Amino acid sequence: MHNATASVIETPAYVLSRLQKMLLYAAFATALFALLLLLMSVVQGYYDGAILLASVILFVANYLCLSTVTIHWRNAVVKGLASTLAALLIYYQLDSNLAENLRLADSVNNTGGGAGFNGTAIAGFWLVVLSAWLTAWLCVEHLSSIETLSRIKNGVLSLVIPLLFGVWLLLLWEFITRGAGVPQVLLPSPSAIAERFSNSIPTLVADFKQTFLKAVLIGYAIGCSAGFIVAVLIDRSPFLQRGLLPIGNLVSALPIVGIAPIMVMWFGFDWPSKAAVVVVMTFFPMLVNTVAGLSAASSMQHDLMKTYASNYWQTLFKMRLPEALPFIFNALKINSTLALIGAIVAEFFGTPIVGMGFRISTEVGRMNVDMVWAEIAVAAVAGSLFYALLSGIERMLTFWHPSMRN
Amino acid sequence: MNPKSATNNIIPVIVVLSIILLLWYVAAVFMNMAWEKDQYERADNQQYTLVDLVSGTMKQERPVLPAPHQVAQEVYKTTVEKKITSKRSLIYHSGITLSSALLGFGLGTLLGILLAIAIVYNRALNKSFMPWVIASQTIPILAIAPMVIVVLNAIGIQGLLPKAFISMYLSFFPVVVGMVKGLNAPEVSHRDLMKTYNASAAQTFWKLRLPSSLPYLFTSMKIAVAIAMVGAIVAELPTGAVAGLGARLLAGSYYGQTIQIWSALVMASILAALLVMFIGLVGKLVNRRMGLSSHA
Repeated sequence: MHNATASVIETPAYVLSRLQKMLLYAAFATALFALLLLLMSVVQGYYDGAILLASVILFVANYLCLSTVTIHWRNAVVKGLASTLAALLIYYQLDSNLAENLRLADSVNNTGGGAGFNGTAIAGFWLVVLSAWLTAWLCVEHLSSIETLSRIKNGVLSLVIPLLFGVWLLLLWEFITRGAGVPQVLLPSPSAIAERFSNSIPTLVADFKQTFLKAVLIGYAIGCSAGFIVAVLIDRSPFLQRGLLPIGNLVSALPIVGIAPIMVMWFGFDWPSKAAVVVVMTFFPMLVNTVAGLSAASSMQHDLMKTYASNYWQTLFKMRLPEALPFIFNALKINSTLALIGAIVAEFFGTPIVGMGFRISTEVGRMNVDMVWAEIAVAAVAGSLFYALLSGIERMLTFWHPSMRN
Repeated sequence: MNPKSATNNIIPVIVVLSIILLLWYVAAVFMNMAWEKDQYERADNQQYTLVDLVSGTMKQERPVLPAPHQVAQEVYKTTVEKKITSKRSLIYHSGITLSSALLGFGLGTLLGILLAIAIVYNRALNKSFMPWVIASQTIPILAIAPMVIVVLNAIGIQGLLPKAFISMYLSFFPVVVGMVKGLNAPEVSHRDLMKTYNASAAQTFWKLRLPSSLPYLFTSMKIAVAIAMVGAIVAELPTGAVAGLGARLLAGSYYGQTIQIWSALVMASILAALLVMFIGLVGKLVNRRMGLSSHA
C-alpha cells in the first residue's frame, strides 16, 4: 500500500521498498554463490553447461539492476527475460541429467533427476533455482508497481502478473520434485502429469462425459430450476417465506454431500444418483438467493409499477425478476462449484467403472497419483470454464447493475 | 436474516418444519410400501389391512427411507444409551470428526488471516496471488481429499492430521477472501485520519484495519467452519470405514444400514448447524462490544 499514494503518470519511477531491496540483494547474492560453486565444480572436472549459463545470466541481470534505486519497466523486462531464460536452462539441465541417469542406471528406484548431480553441483543447482525464482518475484514486484491510466496496459498487466505467478509455481513444483527426486507416489512433477494427461485422453473424456455432462449438468439444471420455481411460488406467501428462509439458510451450511450413500441406494450406481445429490445440493442456495433477490426491489420501484397499474405477473417479469438477476447469478455461480463437488464425492460411494470420482478413488488406491492429478486438472478446468461462462452470461444480462458498470 | 423479525419467524419456521416432517412420513410410507407388500406376499398373508401396511413401513430394519422417529431413536440410542468410549457411540464418532474439523478450521483461519495481511500489505502478492485465490474457489478442491489422505498415510502421517489438513485447505480460502475485503474496508478518509495522527503502520493495523475487518472475518468464518466439517467427513471416506461420521456413512452404505446413515447425517447436520450458530453468536457479541450493528 505504500506505493499507492503516488501520482498516476505513465510508468513513473518508484523508490525501491525495503523488501524489494532485500529481494534484489538476495537474488544477486544467490546468483553469485551459484556461479562460484559451479565454477568450482568445473575445476573439479564436472561440467553442467546449461546451469552454468543460467547462473551467469542471473548474475549479470541482477548486477545491472544492483545500482538502481528506482523501479522502471526496463528493470522488469530485464528480470523477466533473465528468469525465463534461466528457467528454460534449468529445465533443459534436468532433462539431460534425467536422460543420463536412465542411461547409467537401470535401478527401479530412480524416480527423478538430481541423482546425476554431485557435491557442489547440487548446491549450485538449488542456488540457481532460488536466484531465478527471486528474480522472477522481483519482476512481478516491479510489474505490479506500474501504475498506468491506459486501459490496454492495465488489462495486459492484470493478465500477465497472475500468469507469471502461476507459471513460476508450476516451475518450482517441477524443479523441486525432479531436482530432489521426490517419489512419484508422493507428488508427481507437472511434466509427468501432463504426459499422463496426454496419454490417457480417451479415459479422461469418458470420465468427463459420465460425471460432468451427465451427472453435473443434469443435476444442476434440475436443482437450480426447482429452487427457482419454489422461490417464485412461495414468494406469494410471506408466511411460508419467513418459515423457509431461515431453514434454507441453515441447510445451505449443512454437509449435504452426506446424502450421497442414500441417493446411491435409491437411484442405483449410475449417474442418476449423482445427479440427485447435485439436485439437493444446488436447490437450497438457489432458493435462498432467489427469495432474497425477489425482495430486492425498493418500495419506490413497487410504487412506480403500481402507478403503471401493472398486475402481479407484469411486476414480476418486468421489475422484480430482472432486479433479482444478480442474486440468481450469485446462486448459479456458487452452485457450479457445489455441483462438481457433489457429483465427484457421490462417486466415492459406488459407481459404474467410469467417472471422475471413481477414477480418483481407484487410481489413488493403485498409487497412480499422476492420473489423479490429471483428473483433478480436468475438474479444475471444467469448473473454471463453467464459472467463466456463467460470469459472461451474467455480464450480458445484468449490464445495468452498478457492480458491472465500472 | 433480519434481526427484528427473528422472533416473528419462530412460528412460520415451526410450521414449515412440521410440514417437512409430515412429508417425510408420507414419503417413508410410500417408499417402504413395496418391500412391506412383498413381505406379506411371501408370507402368503393376504389379510393385511392398510393399518398393518402403514405401521409396518415404520418398523422396518432396513427401510428405503427411515421414518423420522426411527432416526431419532437411533440417534438417542447411540448417543445417550451408549458409553462414549464405545465404538458404536455416535458421540465417539462425532468427536473424531469434530476434532479434525475444528483443528483444520483453526489452522485454516489462522493461515487465511496471515495470508490476507500479507496480501493487503504487499502489492505484488495482491496482484499475483489474489486472482488465483479467487479462481481456486471455482475448482472442486474437495476432489483431492482422497489423494492427500492416502499419500500422507503412505509416508506415515495418520490419524487426525491428514483430515485436519483437508479441512484447513478448504476453510482457508473463504477466510483469505473475506479478510482481504475486511482489511481494505476502512475508507480512505479513515486511513488519512490515522496519517494525520502520525500513526505507524502497526498502529494503523491494530487500531483501524483489524477492528474494521472483524465483521467480515466472522462472516467468512461461518462459511469456513461449515466447509471444514464437509472436508472432515469426506476425508474419512478413503481410509475405509474406521472411525468418524464419514466412516459411519460409508459403513452404513456398505451394509445397507439406512437408519445408521441417516442418524450420522442428522448428527453431522446438528453439529454443523451448532458450529455455524456459535460463530454467528460470537460474531454478534464481538460486533456489539465494538459498537457495530451486526453486519454478519
